[in-house]
Amino acid sequence: MDAFTTPLLTGTATGAILLLAALGLTLTFGQMGVINMAHGEFLMAGAYATYLTQQVVTNTDVSIVIAVPVAFLVAGGLGLLLEFFVISRMYHRPLDTLLVTVGVGLVLQQLARDLFGAQGDPVVAPGWLDHQIDVFGYNWPFRQIFTILLALAGLAALAALLKYSSFGRQIRATVQNRDLAETLGVTTRRVDRMTFFVGSGLAGVGGVALALISGTNPTLGTGYIIPAFLVVVAGGLGNLTGTVLAAWTVGVVTAFCTDWINGSMAQVITFALVVVFLQVRPQGLFTVRTRGLV
Amino acid sequence: MLELRGVTAGYGRAMVLHDVDVSVPAGGAVSIMGHNGAGKSTLLRVATGLIAVRSGQVLLDGEDVTGLRPSARVRRGLGYVPQGQQSFPQMTTLENLQLVSTVQSEIDEVLDTFPALTTLLPRRAGLLSGGQRQQLAIARTLLTKPRMLILDEPTEGIQPNVVAEIERVIADLASRSGMSLLLVEQHVGFALRSTDSYYVLQSGRITGLGDGGEAALDSVREAMAV
Repeated sequence: MDAFTTPLLTGTATGAILLLAALGLTLTFGQMGVINMAHGEFLMAGAYATYLTQQVVTNTDVSIVIAVPVAFLVAGGLGLLLEFFVISRMYHRPLDTLLVTVGVGLVLQQLARDLFGAQGDPVVAPGWLDHQIDVFGYNWPFRQIFTILLALAGLAALAALLKYSSFGRQIRATVQNRDLAETLGVTTRRVDRMTFFVGSGLAGVGGVALALISGTNPTLGTGYIIPAFLVVVAGGLGNLTGTVLAAWTVGVVTAFCTDWINGSMAQVITFALVVVFLQVRPQGLFTVRTRGLV
Repeated sequence: MLELRGVTAGYGRAMVLHDVDVSVPAGGAVSIMGHNGAGKSTLLRVATGLIAVRSGQVLLDGEDVTGLRPSARVRRGLGYVPQGQQSFPQMTTLENLQLVSTVQSEIDEVLDTFPALTTLLPRRAGLLSGGQRQQLAIARTLLTKPRMLILDEPTEGIQPNVVAEIERVIADLASRSGMSLLLVEQHVGFALRSTDSYYVLQSGRITGLGDGGEAALDSVREAMAV
């Protein structure tokens, strides 16, 4: 039983981090068509924001709670700067955007090395996260449960923002029909900017969870960027339900393969499965039905 | 109210409009007629700001809005209903309206104008029929409170009873609210009934203009046949 529950539960936690990274990408890539290869560095920024928060607020019980909004704002702010100075000049040039954001990602990694060193720093989990719960013989760490809860909270917040707020309607309208939204008075440039802020901020929140599990280091986000893109594509572009299912599946399949074979082969097998899946269903898990011309 | 002065515009290197002058007086209703590919929709997209002019000016209430984005023109009173019954397909009918205004009394007002939408509020716009989507498109634009309303082929691909409804609404808007209208329409009779002057556009140039009304039908057909 342990051979089954261990990868299932650790994979679910990995899927939760992937989800937080992919939620931002589903907005910026899935809906706006921007391939931002620096998105992984927003996870890293969130992790360092958590570390820095702990340096200022030494009570770890409190600092982890404060770190969540701080990481959101730091990563979101970086996303805002990236959109303003780089990406806004490259809309409709996806290849250029991809290349430039790879460069931006490397710059951010080097910046982290210069500021914090290449070795990385540990993030201390608060006492209330330093426990485990027995699930069919596996001692499931509270940190992983916290990661899952954080991802679910991020998902709920994003879904509520998109569904119930005026700004959410503006985001959805802009991504569905940019010209039409503009001719109805929506300032789509401002919406783009704020969408980047929210998407990058969510990755920052993922960085908080990642910091609790892996600590910080300058290349922390690199390993998550390609799986996060796979999640967005496999889930169906711009579809939150599909993103959740795909993130969980990729996380769990990778964990099972890691447990049964090894980490490298797990990545290969996961990518191969996603490629096969997209051959069969190129539109992803979920698509939206419409009637005729829209 | 709206004036296009010496407008030349197009896509990339291909110019579609050549030195076009069009004027819509305050409270007036003007139609633009012409064959497919004449440049009618391009002219409207220039007026709304979706296409930049190569040369010339766009004036709204005497103000030069040539360099302004479409959303800025909307805030100055320009409303635009594009061709093709466009909507936000994954949003409900109500959300399509709430994108522009969340004030219930304003939504109720446009629902009074298009009562057929009342029962469709929870339905996704992508699942509406063409006629329903066109009513939604006009209602949504009316929520922007335009003083100058631009409609691009509002009856295209729509069943006759809905066309009659849309014609009634357009006539009502023009007479009741004093709103200015600029209408592009393939149905010449409908266009002339709904407006008090017309322009004929051919190959991106104005080749005819005159007063509206059904008496102008023969002159327009003659101008379009040239």
